[in-house]
Amino acid sequence: MGGYILKRLVSAIPVLFGITVIVFLIMAMIPGDPALAILGSYATPENVEKLNRDLGLDQPLVARYFIWLGNMLTGDFGRSFSLNRPVIDEVLDRFSATLILAGTSLVLCAIFGIAAGVVSAARQYGFADKAITFAVLLGISIPSFFLGMMMILLFAVRWKMLPVSGMYAIYGGGDLPDLLNHLIMPALALAVVATGVVARLSRSAMLEVLRQDFVRTARAKGVPEGRVVWGHALRAAMVTIIPVLGVQAGFVLSGAVYIEMVFQWPGVGRMLVDAILKRDILLVQGGVVFVAACYVLFNIAVDVAQSVLDPRIKT
Amino acid sequence: MTDQIFNWTRRGVLAAGVAMSLALSATAPVQAQTPPGVLIVGQIAEPKALDPAAVTAVNDFRILMNVYDGLVRYKSGTLEVEPALAESWEISEDGTEYTFSLREGVKFHDGTDFDAEAVKFNFDRMLKEDHPFHDTGPFPLAFFFSAVEEVTVVDPMTVTFKLNAPYAPFLSNLAYPTGLIVSPAAVEANGADFGRNPVGTGPFKFAEWRSNEAVVVEANPDYWDGASALQAVVFRPITDANTRTAEMLAGGIDVMVEVPPVALSEFEGEQFSVLEQAGPHVWFLILNAKEGPFADKKVRQAANYAVNKTALVEQVLEGTADVAAGPTPPAFAWAYNEALEPYPYDPEKAKALLAEAGAEGAELTFFVTEGGSGMLDPIAMGTAIQADLEAVGFDVKIETYEWNTFLGEVNPGLEGKADMAEMAWMTNDPDTLPYLALRTDAWPDKGGFNSGYYSNPEVDKLLEDARVATDQGERAKLYQEMQTIVQDDAPWVFVANWKQNAVTSDRVEGFELEPSFFLLLKDVVKN
Repeated sequence: MGGYILKRLVSAIPVLFGITVIVFLIMAMIPGDPALAILGSYATPENVEKLNRDLGLDQPLVARYFIWLGNMLTGDFGRSFSLNRPVIDEVLDRFSATLILAGTSLVLCAIFGIAAGVVSAARQYGFADKAITFAVLLGISIPSFFLGMMMILLFAVRWKMLPVSGMYAIYGGGDLPDLLNHLIMPALALAVVATGVVARLSRSAMLEVLRQDFVRTARAKGVPEGRVVWGHALRAAMVTIIPVLGVQAGFVLSGAVYIEMVFQWPGVGRMLVDAILKRDILLVQGGVVFVAACYVLFNIAVDVAQSVLDPRIKT
Repeated sequence: MTDQIFNWTRRGVLAAGVAMSLALSATAPVQAQTPPGVLIVGQIAEPKALDPAAVTAVNDFRILMNVYDGLVRYKSGTLEVEPALAESWEISEDGTEYTFSLREGVKFHDGTDFDAEAVKFNFDRMLKEDHPFHDTGPFPLAFFFSAVEEVTVVDPMTVTFKLNAPYAPFLSNLAYPTGLIVSPAAVEANGADFGRNPVGTGPFKFAEWRSNEAVVVEANPDYWDGASALQAVVFRPITDANTRTAEMLAGGIDVMVEVPPVALSEFEGEQFSVLEQAGPHVWFLILNAKEGPFADKKVRQAANYAVNKTALVEQVLEGTADVAAGPTPPAFAWAYNEALEPYPYDPEKAKALLAEAGAEGAELTFFVTEGGSGMLDPIAMGTAIQADLEAVGFDVKIETYEWNTFLGEVNPGLEGKADMAEMAWMTNDPDTLPYLALRTDAWPDKGGFNSGYYSNPEVDKLLEDARVATDQGERAKLYQEMQTIVQDDAPWVFVANWKQNAVTSDRVEGFELEPSFFLLLKDVVKN
């Protein structure tokens, strides 16, 4: 097992290296440079040139890449010029906010998605199945940002039950209940689509499993139906469901961009959008590399979990 | 082994789910009201830094103007300068030496004294590459003071600026946020992190900056111009305009700036007041006067007659702007030519002019941007303008660019690329925009912003003269003459002057908007 994990980690290195090259080249190729973005109306060629020199952008591309890569390997991600603070501080701050949001959504979509799928499959073509299938279709069809705005209008503006936006109250907040209070709407809005997807796939995975011989055997032995479904069958179906959760993790991470905009969640998605618009090269590069690295690691974790669940998958 | 892990996972998931639902139901759904005396301002973005020399965005200026003072400031409700940290000043005969007498007894928030040495430190830091704290930059707007040759301390309360040539906009540049005075001791202590630990002399002192959540400033009880009745101000960055509107409606913020035109109707109720104030902003179309149809003045005038500006400001912009008459915004009241009337909407006249010039059916390439500072609603405006121009017989093709790409295309000049482009400017002196964008010496290849290659020696001379005249009355006359000529030459289609707007809740009193677009909160009361 240890060897397997190590092997997967080593194989991730070329991927990460490729990401650094791609993100660097994209930032170098998109038109409009940071000096232009900073100076705006005042961007005379003279001012732009001086500012680029001050920002260290007057050096050749290759030299800039290796300076950046070298610094990053020693843990120095550079300094964001649009926020005037170290990139790594900003990325860690923002990424932890995104993790709270996306993590909560992922847990919600796993719980509700799997439960809905299992119930649906166990009562195939029954009322519960039809109701769940309809709700799932509805959930998959609503764009999350629209759902978010509607939630704000109802729960925050009309009924004043929940705060509109942000992660903590501006005054007298900062504790866990305050965080949860701010988290409810964005986490639900983000989880809806993913829940639908997980529910659908759990349903089909369960239907597949419920037809198999060992289920019939269990039933014949007199195992209570609840244990057959939630114990025997679900466990076998998890092998199919877990990779779906891995994919959904990527989905909620990227879907978080919209939700973070709507709810002003101080997450990494909103940070990247702002940074791209401001051509904050180091912040974009550092942020993308960091997020990509986390995603790669998460996928490795999913694969490992899968091989633990299903010994047939070679380690 | 696998069995155990699986069982544990299932139990874990179950436990997490139960904990989660308990926690969700346990949170009290009651919204705390914002406390009295604490003003919560909904800003449009996270500030970059609170170092006035290092920032360029109006969004950052809104905070800075409350934490710092400059040597001079704009008189309330105008764009004319009045004393602030300098009590008075004298200008030498030839207009190259400004001597300021400083206000006595003013202290920075860190307790150090404000004096002539502090003033010198501020400008040397920005302008001298060998200054020990020049590396706390970059200082993108330092060129506002590029005419400054030397700052000399005459005595502790007197300081002299020596300019390399007469430069009339110098005083209004000092009133701009780039001229705000920071505490030298705080710069020395914090270095490059000064921007997150700002220290000034202003009515509010910096308290706390929670990244992406809030910047908090507290009233300075010893402020030289009278302490604020507010206890504190909290600036919240809310980049999404819809979310900002929702926060205002829900009571999460007390003041909201830059209300989207379509959201204004939400605030018609009694619990809100909507304010608006025209500012030093002009939205226009640059016409390529070097080549193509717009090389002919008649065709340029035809475009001015063809565009229905009233419909643009009333329908597309929902009344958040006025129709512009010329290149200088009326907010510069002292330099504005009241006699100018906007080009009327007259498609027949436009057609006649086109026929006269033999330019019927001329094909135009029109650069439109997706957004950008002061650009209002550029895509909707661009398509409305396209329709107006096609109605009189032009054939207009729109090319749309993201803002930074757009600047990269437009600033080097339109030659060989386009016939017209959208543009907007916000400035602090009537000199800035025409000097940088209408002179012959401001063509892009000479480092200016005259991307449409307009050239009129008379205008060049008026602008050069106005820059060196230190008497305001004389300057005003020169600018007014310039506006008449430029309006007739029509190097641009003059479209709109934006009115900044804001909404306050009924708990806020004494809130006013300034023509400078700055946000001054000292005299605001929150109940």
